[in-house]
Parts: sequence; C-alpha cells; structure tokens
Amino acid sequence: MSETIITVEHLSKSYLIEHSPEAQGHKRYAALRDVIGQNAANFARKALATVRGRGTSPAHEIEEFWALKDVNFEVCRGEVLGIIGRNGAGKSTLLKILSRITDPTEGRITLRGRVASLLEVGTGFHPELTGRENIYLNGAVLGMTRAEIRRKFDEIVAFAGVEKFLDTPVKRYSSGMYMRLAFAVAAHLEPEILVVDEVLAVGDAEFQKKCLGKIDEVSRQEGRTVLLVSHNMAAVAELANRALLLDAGSVAVNGSVAEAVSTYLSRGARKATYTHPPNPCISSPHIARAEILTSDPNAVHRFGEPLEIRFWISHPTPMINGSFCFQIFNSQFQIPVICSSYYQSTTFGYQSGSTVLMCRFPSILLNIGQFHLCTWLQEQPSGDTYENLDGICAFEVIRVDDNQIGGWRPQICTYHEHHAWTVVDATSDLGIDQGALASPVAAGDAE
Amino acid sequence: MTEVIVIEPGRYERNYWIDLWRYRELFRVLAWRDLAVRYKQTAIGTAWAVIRPFLTMLVFTVIFGRIAKLPSEGAAPYALMVFAGMLPWAFFSTGLSEASNSLVNNANLISKVYFPRLIVPTATIVVAFVDFLITFLILILLMVWYQYLPGWRLLFLPAFVILAFLASIGPALWMTALNVRYRDFRYVIPFIVQFGLYVSPVGFSSSIVPEKWRLIYSLNPMVGVIDGFRWCILSGQSALYIPGLAASAGVGVFFLWFGLRRFRSMEKSFADLI
Repeated sequence: MSETIITVEHLSKSYLIEHSPEAQGHKRYAALRDVIGQNAANFARKALATVRGRGTSPAHEIEEFWALKDVNFEVCRGEVLGIIGRNGAGKSTLLKILSRITDPTEGRITLRGRVASLLEVGTGFHPELTGRENIYLNGAVLGMTRAEIRRKFDEIVAFAGVEKFLDTPVKRYSSGMYMRLAFAVAAHLEPEILVVDEVLAVGDAEFQKKCLGKIDEVSRQEGRTVLLVSHNMAAVAELANRALLLDAGSVAVNGSVAEAVSTYLSRGARKATYTHPPNPCISSPHIARAEILTSDPNAVHRFGEPLEIRFWISHPTPMINGSFCFQIFNSQFQIPVICSSYYQSTTFGYQSGSTVLMCRFPSILLNIGQFHLCTWLQEQPSGDTYENLDGICAFEVIRVDDNQIGGWRPQICTYHEHHAWTVVDATSDLGIDQGALASPVAAGDAE
Repeated sequence: MTEVIVIEPGRYERNYWIDLWRYRELFRVLAWRDLAVRYKQTAIGTAWAVIRPFLTMLVFTVIFGRIAKLPSEGAAPYALMVFAGMLPWAFFSTGLSEASNSLVNNANLISKVYFPRLIVPTATIVVAFVDFLITFLILILLMVWYQYLPGWRLLFLPAFVILAFLASIGPALWMTALNVRYRDFRYVIPFIVQFGLYVSPVGFSSSIVPEKWRLIYSLNPMVGVIDGFRWCILSGQSALYIPGLAASAGVGVFFLWFGLRRFRSMEKSFADLI
C-alpha cells in the first residue's frame, strides 16, 4: 500500500462576481441633490477602499460564486489521476490551488513532495529571445536550476527537434515548433508530483502522441505521481489508473476510469421531451416542443419497433422554405442517423403560426445504448439556421429478444443493417483445385 | 527527505522566506530577461543608458546653473553636482516606474506558475541597478574631464546606494500590488516621478532650502540619498545635514515595511485579479 502523497479535505473556492446596478433594475435617484450626495459618498468609499487594497463594489452588487465546493480526495504515490468534467466544472481552479497560484477559500491540502505544474504551454516564453535563451528562461521559471538545465539541454533539444533553429528568436517559430519546444522543457522537469492541464488539447496528432508517450514514461518508468486534466477521453483512459469527475464544483465520481468516463458521457439531465421555455417575445421560428414516442415508458425503446418523433414548431414570422433536420447521436458522439425533411420534399412554415412535424421510423435498427438528438431548423437551400438544439430528447434502445449468448454490447457497432446469411456450400472437402490456386491463368484458360 | 506543504486559506507562509532563497535563480533570470530583451533588435540600445542622463545633466546645468545661477556646493563644478544628484534619482525613478508595472506586465507568469511574487518587482530594480552602474561610468568620465579627485568619502557610497534601493522598493511594492487591482496607478506613477524630479534636489543643491524647512524637506527619502551621494562624490565641498539624513532614512525604512506588508497581504489575490 503506497503512501498518500496528496490529501485534499473539504476544499472550496469562491469568487466574487460584480453585477452592475442597472442590470438589476435598481431605482435611479431622481433628485439632483441625491445624485450628488450618492456620488460623493461613493467616491469617498472607493478612495478609502483603494488605499486599503480592498474591492470597491458595494455589497448588494456582489454575488458569491463557488467554483469548488467541498472537494475531498486522496492520491497515492505513483498514481496517475485523471480529472475530467464539463467546461466550468472547476478542474482548472483545482489545479491552480494545487499549484499554489491561488488560495482556497475553505478546506486544506497536504502535499508531500515538490509540485511542478504545466498549466499552459510556453509559460514565460518571450518572443524576442532565441530558442536557446527561452529554454533557460522557461526552465528557470518552472523551477529548474541552471545546472539542471545545462545537463538536460541536449535531451530537451532532441525531444523538441529544433536543433537548426536554436538561435533564432522564438517569434519566428511556427506554432508547432513553439509548442514542441515548450513541452520539451516542461517534460524534463523532475518533480514528485506533475500536474498537467489540457496541454494535450493543442498541437497536431503527432505532438499529442509524443506528449502522451512522455507522460506515460514519466509515470510508469519513473514512478512519479501525475494529475492529468483532459477532455480527451481516450488519453485519460489510456494513462490514468483512477479518475475524478467534477461537476459544477463538486466531486461526482471518484473511482475507476471507466466509471467516471461513462458517467461523464451520459451526464446532463436528459428527458425524452423537450419544451422551449415560454417566452412570447421570440418572433423567429423555433421549436416549442419535441417529443419521442418510444415503445416502452421512461424513454426506453425496443430494438426493431417503429419510432415516432414529433416536433411542434412555432413560426410567428413565416419562413420561405422551412426545413427541419435532426441527427441521432450515440454515447460515443458518433452519428448513425440523419433525417431531413427538405430532402424528402416536405417543406412548411409559409404562413405565420405553428406546425407539427412528425418523423416516423418503420423499425429502429440502432444498437443498444443511450442516444440523443441534435436538431436544425433551417431555411433551404440557403442553409440559414434559425435554431440549432443539441442534446435534447434522450432515449435508450434495448433488445429483449433472442437467443444471444453473451448479449449485445453498446460499443460494437452503431446500428444493425438488414442482412441475411446463407450457407452456399457444405461439402466436407473444400473443393478448391490446388492447381487452380497455383496458376490462376491456367484455370482461366481451362474455363 | 520530503517536505510537507500544507495549503490552507490565510495560512501564514512560514516557507515564504525559504522559498525566496530557493527561487533565488529567478531574480537573476528575470533581470537578465528584461535586459536581454531591451537590447534586442536595437541599433544603439546600450547607448540609451548613457545618452539620457548625459543630456539631462547638460540641460540642468545650463538652466539651473547658468541661467538661474543657482549656487553649487562649495567649489565643485555645477555639472558634477547635478550629475551626482541625477545618478541616484535615475536609479530611483526607473526602479519605481518599472517595478510598479512589473506585476501586470508579467501577468502570464503570475497566473500560471508558482513562485514568491516578491521576486518580480525586485528583479526590475536589479535592472535599474545595472543602468545605475553604466551611468556611474559616465560620472567617472566627468570627473576625469573636470580633473576632480574624489576623497575617502567615496567608500560610503554603497551605503547610500542601499538607501536608494530601500527608498524605491518600498513604495514600488505598494504601488505594484495596488496596480494589479486598479490599473489607475499606471498613470499615477509617471506623474509622481515627474513631480519628484523638481521637488527633489536633483537640479539644485538642497542647501538653498531655508534652515527651518530643511527637516520637513528631508521627509522626502530621496533628499537624504541625494545629499549623501553629493557628500561622497564631491569630497568635502558638500556638507551632510545629519538630522535630514536620519529623517530620510526613517521614512525610507517605514515605506519599506509598509510596502512589504501591503504586498504580502494582497499577494494571495494576485492570480485571481490580474
């Protein structure tokens, strides 16, 4: 049982957000005397706050926003922890606190080892300096001593592959070279704990592969602890032993990578029915309501059964050639199905009012799993989009038939095409003429 | 031997001063970076460090010495007296202006990397010191020109250099911390420096200030520093007003303590506000 190297207890971080009084609809002062008095009081208050170094907004204009709320987890030595979550879940904030760049509001973290963070590729790079000078600069900024950098200089240059351009200013580098050099310096840090924040998101495929390889080497061969934040589920699945799923500042899943990734992909309160929030002011065409009529209740649909989807489209302003199209996405964000009313010559919306569209599938052939819709309300043939909704009308496909051994799995295919197998020949010997195999020309001649 | 770091809100950084020592390389690296960048792609880069003070000295000598006929210190040439005052003033004003904007200019570092933030403004003052050394060379040349030999008092010069350093870093720390939150101070600093140039005894000698106002006048920390420089360089031609020096030193040290305190208390929020 390896020792715990990072302990996070009840970690919370809040930010204060200002709101302008006009937006909140505060009453504006009518009398000039009141206006002058209020402004003078404001000026005095702000001047005093400035000298003290505090914020100047009055209390009623500030809202507290919790980026992280009561986060608890532990990391053992040598572990690779993947941190995933939607944008805005608090991943970068967590990393910033771990890197001591910002302070938590509540809670505490205990670290047993030196932390090196790679929150951005090329931190400290100055465009006017040459590649060589920037290696020293970046290395020093990240915490390497001059002797260390000198020792690893050749390795770094070899990893980046920029030998020829070491003495040109970095502003002349291509973005690929820049990134390779920046990552090369950071990859040769030797901390006990390495924190990496989405640096894999930038760069071409080859660069990403190199980064992943290096991170793998660092964790597996050198036994260092790595905290990895990424949206690349494949990378996380490959490198991490454990994963943490953050959702709106709290820990949703703290366990195996498979569990965290599948929860992440199926997150978002999805319902089979979509209703547009009531707003009488919208005059452009939009979907008022969308509903999937599945064979079974609770948005579950049986494989092979007919499926109907209805869309209530409201168009107070008439359209010229209204067209509706939707795609069905599976849980891997692949698209097995697209349906367009325009390509079936069904147009609508010529008059102001509303239209109910129905799309019917005689038999659903989708593989089992979770699905959702992405819709496009457009004008064809120009393609101008009135409304594009994503992630609505979630439903699940199941198979209850058969004599299947082992059962169906969601990832093996996206849908089941109609097909039929037949045994063409069932004789005991294969009936292949060995002579024909050796010289096909001869066989052709024989025919 | 692994150290244990505990991160807690409001925790007094016991490690802060140890961290400053551990990150001492960064002082040198950031100062080197600023200097290297300054002279990249310039034709006459290094020369600017020399031309500016030289021309200012010429102008001041003509205006204050010849036209306004303000008296010099003892028998020392006016140009030399002005230059002896300009030397620390240039160090102070460059140091203060650059350091006040240093945190905001290094926003990309502050928001992405951990290191004790005190290093950033201090590194800019190191850059100002390098300029000071270059200007000092001109002073040597000037003395050769006037065939003026400095006395034993020159040995006290380093003490006054340290005093100038303290006088600039104190307010600079406070200004730079405030500048992170309120960018107003970017405009306030050039004004203060401009104003200070005429109020401090750079172009004239502080002996023209009437006796009864001398002590109050010395509350400006640069008065003590400039008087001290003149005393060292002009060997015996300039008298040192001791109470004034004590007042200036006192104010300088106070600002250092105050600036450091304000900086440390606001440091936690830099990354969030920058």
